[in-house]
Amino acid sequence: MSNVIIGLLWLLGCELVGEVVVRLADAPIPGPVVGMVLLYVVLRVRRTPDSAPVVRVGDYLLSHLQLFFVPAGVGVVAYLATLRDHAVPVAAGLLGSWLLGLVTVGWVMTVLLRRSRVGAGTVGAVSEEIE
Amino acid sequence: MRLHETWDWLVHSPLFLLLLTVGGYELGRRLRARTGHPLAQPVLVAIVVVAVVISLLHVDYADYRSGVEPIAFLLGPATVALAIPLHRQTHRLRGIVGPMVAALMAGALVSVTAGILIVRALGGSEALARTMGPKSTTAPVAIALAERFDGIPALAAVFAIIVGTFGAVVAPGLLTLLRVRDPRARGLAVGAVSHGIGTARMLHESPVEGAFSGLSMGLTALATCLVMPLMVWLLL
Repeated sequence: MSNVIIGLLWLLGCELVGEVVVRLADAPIPGPVVGMVLLYVVLRVRRTPDSAPVVRVGDYLLSHLQLFFVPAGVGVVAYLATLRDHAVPVAAGLLGSWLLGLVTVGWVMTVLLRRSRVGAGTVGAVSEEIE
Repeated sequence: MRLHETWDWLVHSPLFLLLLTVGGYELGRRLRARTGHPLAQPVLVAIVVVAVVISLLHVDYADYRSGVEPIAFLLGPATVALAIPLHRQTHRLRGIVGPMVAALMAGALVSVTAGILIVRALGGSEALARTMGPKSTTAPVAIALAERFDGIPALAAVFAIIVGTFGAVVAPGLLTLLRVRDPRARGLAVGAVSHGIGTARMLHESPVEGAFSGLSMGLTALATCLVMPLMVWLLL
């Protein structure tokens, strides 16, 4: 169990530093995202293996990521009228920007890969599942 | 018997609200395990169950939200933990960092710009546009960006869930139709617009598509954080 504590300390520590940094710099970026970058640097520098406490606790949290935004999502009850009144801009905005984003990334990547002629990276399997 | 007081305490107690939320989520997980359909997202089931129950019991959203603060709090450390799949998949970036960064920056730019412009062009409010901008990122980042740029966090969460689920259902077939065949490009495209929910679907398609989708959602979160301030300043 002490491993869980150590893993949590890393995650909360990175989040806290991230929150402090965005306030000091007055940067328009969410603190946890800065915390994510910070943790990434730590993991790379220390060549952290999958058995490390922070990885195990982090993987567990990520496997239930959906649970943590239920509280925010339930807030939609207060905006049902807004959604009904703005059904067209909302639906068109969702579908349009989703499709344009998908096409942009898919095609730009296809063209650039063809140009650089890098072989498909098919080695290795993934075990993590992020919700 | 103090029936009325006890009932009132019960429906407003954090204990009951936490139990309701985790219970709704578990119900959603079982539903997904039984049906296996990408439409059966635990978060959707949980939101519907909780919304219906608190409406029937006349519990205000504000009361609900403060009751389930312990769950919402975990969104922060979970966002930090997104560094872990990035760390694990970093070896796949070798040799293709340039194309990936270019594709994902272009994707974030197009997605945020199109979201804001379409909403504004069709008469949606500025708050809606500020919410539509970051909705392609993973829900915790979409929520945080909506908060930061005066959007509507609750709607950012719901928008992210909708595009995620939509992508999980239609993206693989649509990409084939668009002649995007390279598994790396396919994974990248889905992760960039349908984040974790799309990634879960791509993991079922193939390990490479799943890995690139996961990389893409992490990097898109970063790219969108850079693009949002600029686009809000330029367009709104």
